[in-house]
Amino acid sequence: MKHEITVTINGESVTAEVDSRLLLVHFIRENLDLTGTHIGCDTSNCGACTILLDGKSVKSCTYLAVRADGAEITTIEGVAAEGTNHPLQQAFHDQHGLHCGFCTPGMIMRSLDLLKNNPDPSEEEIRWGISGNLCRCTGYNNIVKSVQQAAKEMQNQSETV
Amino acid sequence: MFKCKTSAEVGGMGHSVKRKEDARFLHGKGNYVDDVKLPGMLTMVMVRSPYAYAKIKSIKKDKALAIPGVLAVITGEDLAQYNLHWMPTLLSDTQMVLPTDTVMHQSQEVCAVIATDRYVAVDGAEAVEVDYEPMQAIVDPYKALDEDAPLLRPDKEGQKDNQIYHWERGDRAKTDAVIANADVVVKERIYLPRIHVASIETCGCVASYDKDTQKLLVYLTTQAPHAIRTVVALVAGHVGLSEEKIRIISPDIGGGFGGKVPVYPAYVVAIAASFLIGKPVKWIEDRSENLVNGFARDYHMDCELAATKDGKIQAFKVSTLADHGYTDSSANPSKYPTGMFSICTGSYDYEHAFAELDAVYTNKAPGGVAYRCSFRVTEAVHAIERMVDKLAAKIDKDPALLRLENFIKKEQFPYDSPLGWSYDSGDYEATLKKAMDMVGYDDYKKEQAEKRKEGKLMGIGLCTFTEVVGAGPSKDFDILGIAMFDSAEIRVHPTGKAMARFGTKSQGQGHETTYAQILAEELGIPYTDIEIEEGDTDTAPYGLGTYASRSTPTAGAAAAIAARKLKDKGKKIAAHLLEVSEEDIEWEVGKYFVKGAPEKSKTIQDVAFAAYTNIPPGMEPGFEATHYYDPPNLTFPNGAYICVVEVEQETGAIDVKRFVAIDDCGNIINPMIVEGQVHGGLTQGIAPAMYEGIEYDDEGNVLNGTLMDYLVPTAVESPHWETGHTITPSPHHPLGAKGVAESPTVGAPPAIANAIIDALSPLGIEHLDIPITPAKVWEAIQAHT
Repeated sequence: MKHEITVTINGESVTAEVDSRLLLVHFIRENLDLTGTHIGCDTSNCGACTILLDGKSVKSCTYLAVRADGAEITTIEGVAAEGTNHPLQQAFHDQHGLHCGFCTPGMIMRSLDLLKNNPDPSEEEIRWGISGNLCRCTGYNNIVKSVQQAAKEMQNQSETV
Repeated sequence: MFKCKTSAEVGGMGHSVKRKEDARFLHGKGNYVDDVKLPGMLTMVMVRSPYAYAKIKSIKKDKALAIPGVLAVITGEDLAQYNLHWMPTLLSDTQMVLPTDTVMHQSQEVCAVIATDRYVAVDGAEAVEVDYEPMQAIVDPYKALDEDAPLLRPDKEGQKDNQIYHWERGDRAKTDAVIANADVVVKERIYLPRIHVASIETCGCVASYDKDTQKLLVYLTTQAPHAIRTVVALVAGHVGLSEEKIRIISPDIGGGFGGKVPVYPAYVVAIAASFLIGKPVKWIEDRSENLVNGFARDYHMDCELAATKDGKIQAFKVSTLADHGYTDSSANPSKYPTGMFSICTGSYDYEHAFAELDAVYTNKAPGGVAYRCSFRVTEAVHAIERMVDKLAAKIDKDPALLRLENFIKKEQFPYDSPLGWSYDSGDYEATLKKAMDMVGYDDYKKEQAEKRKEGKLMGIGLCTFTEVVGAGPSKDFDILGIAMFDSAEIRVHPTGKAMARFGTKSQGQGHETTYAQILAEELGIPYTDIEIEEGDTDTAPYGLGTYASRSTPTAGAAAAIAARKLKDKGKKIAAHLLEVSEEDIEWEVGKYFVKGAPEKSKTIQDVAFAAYTNIPPGMEPGFEATHYYDPPNLTFPNGAYICVVEVEQETGAIDVKRFVAIDDCGNIINPMIVEGQVHGGLTQGIAPAMYEGIEYDDEGNVLNGTLMDYLVPTAVESPHWETGHTITPSPHHPLGAKGVAESPTVGAPPAIANAIIDALSPLGIEHLDIPITPAKVWEAIQAHT
């Protein structure tokens, strides 16, 4: 059965007809061609598909597209203006927080939510905060450092505003 | 220590420059196989066996084909018409592409459904009706060798039992004699269970056959695109897919770790489907499919270590039973079916050793696939490092002291090991002492003594390993007969910028940065001015790919030597430009100058421009070079790891308090990247040590085939890693480098196991197999108290 949904994705409003069973991650990747959101498992464990839905991090592989009707979605492609880096993107680059890059979009989307709710997290809070996202390459040390750097930078930015 | 020869702007060896490849990944612009979308592309989903061992009585396609959008159901019978239903494994065993009559392991591919979209394909797969006649599976490899065990591979000519091969190295009689007469002998059966690499990107492909041009293009999650092209040509040449018509593109790869070396049956089915239908066909593996197909480890090792009463090691013997599942899909050189397992004598100086191994078939998925160490070094190191600790416990000697007293000394290199390797270089004592200083070993020993008085369980575990990586040499190492060398091709453009292509393939290792740094080091062209490409067989020079920590030892060396060829040509051009003879030209990074008159100079960029614009008479124009590097020996990275744990006696909970890893991988190209590789490898070391292990029931059902129960460590389980280096350059590698990425996966498990067992030793616990889970510890505590 088809349903019409309207979502705002990275600031743009999109209306589409979708199957009732279509997963949000497939809608994002296949219907909208935003392939930065990845699929790494089928049990909601890996977090590679993490996006922001109405400002909260959500694993889009366990969310039906129809349920997102009316929602505001941010994917990795919408985190920063073209050609610029969000402090988290810059920090992952500076701290070597990525190797193969497959988990990176999900890690960044999750970290965005984490830092919104906890702008100055401890190492332990970061580790628990990203524990729904698996990385097989980095051993996490440098992801933690990336989130720490971004937290500092984002705090500096908010202080100077 | 290594001193940088180049400025930070040039970014040669030793500079922690930031990675050139990061931007696309950070912005969601990576191009992984599942991101590939071709016009008219179809989707393929596999129907898989619920049984570990069963006859297939019938496969009914009708209901599936009746679903709108399902275009085809491909079975083994369909492929048999083209003789494509079997294929060789990378170790010359045979594997079904699709079965015609029998399934040999749970989740084996039974048939494929091709449809217009993924959801429809899944509907189709559910509608296929397969009638199975289940048989009693052989799950226990020891039972596979029973005389009355059913013959699992009657399809193989001359196969009379379930043994695949027997292999041995060393002198059995002498080793046995030394063990029989030794003051002290420690024995243990050590099991390294099946584990899976579980790269976050699963495997997949997009196969696209064009009936007009007869060309096949395959986007593939492969670590070795050229080798795969040759294999496809060998398997499917008879239907017209000859090698010049095959193009394999390995795009961005979301982690490999060896899991993306083999040819999986679904790749071949997707290629066949595209060939038959004439449209692109995409197959992307589910995580559940990924986790239950293709495994590493699964070695049962009976070890004996003999020593004098004061702890001088005299002999080591290990007899192994290897469970390969229903086919040997190891990606090992043909002369080395057990890979480099004979490195098992370790970092110690003694004369006598013997290793033997029997490989057997069982009703499990094909085994022998890698887990960040394809060549069985992890198994070998676990065996010797556990046994050295066991010896230390037996004679009540500090395990660090025992190691220091038995190490091969730095002046003994090159060192011929008892089982035939020539270790290139190392300073094991310095490496261990650095680790001991960094962790504060003596203080922890004191703390441990205090805690033991209070009845608390604290353990300190060591591992001082020797790795063996960088295959070739081609005279000894091959994959399906193709010699293991690797290649680099450099093109310096007229404006002095460059592009280089390689036969390897990064899966996150950062080749686009490190190879550019090698060329920057050699040529003085800034690394930012050098583009690196890999993975497209139509453009890259032939190479055997990236696995077994071989990229820097082989392709990295090829880059250096190709650059040196360019430098030699550049010298002639510089002489021409400066109007002096070639003998009067000297080189310093990035420029040629006249001996004794350094103000008269030409930069590498000037020379590159001249190579296209002002060519010396008689010289071939252009500024390009290619080198295929065949290493004279392997490289032998090594390290000393120390782990400190506390164990809660009431619950068995294990707390890793500290983990210090000192690696010696020779000269370092990019310290930031090397450290990152070590971090990642350590987490892939703690994973099998404490969390991961594929479990089977007696029927051959996998009990933990999803990420809900196969416990890949998160940031919470992964400790804060502390790393450091000693540097002993490889004497035979052009850059003195050795390779590093697998060392931590090799070295961490025994360090962790040794620490936990050390913690439990006051209770009389002498050994535990990995993964050492809290439940396993708790049970052991209950049995000993």
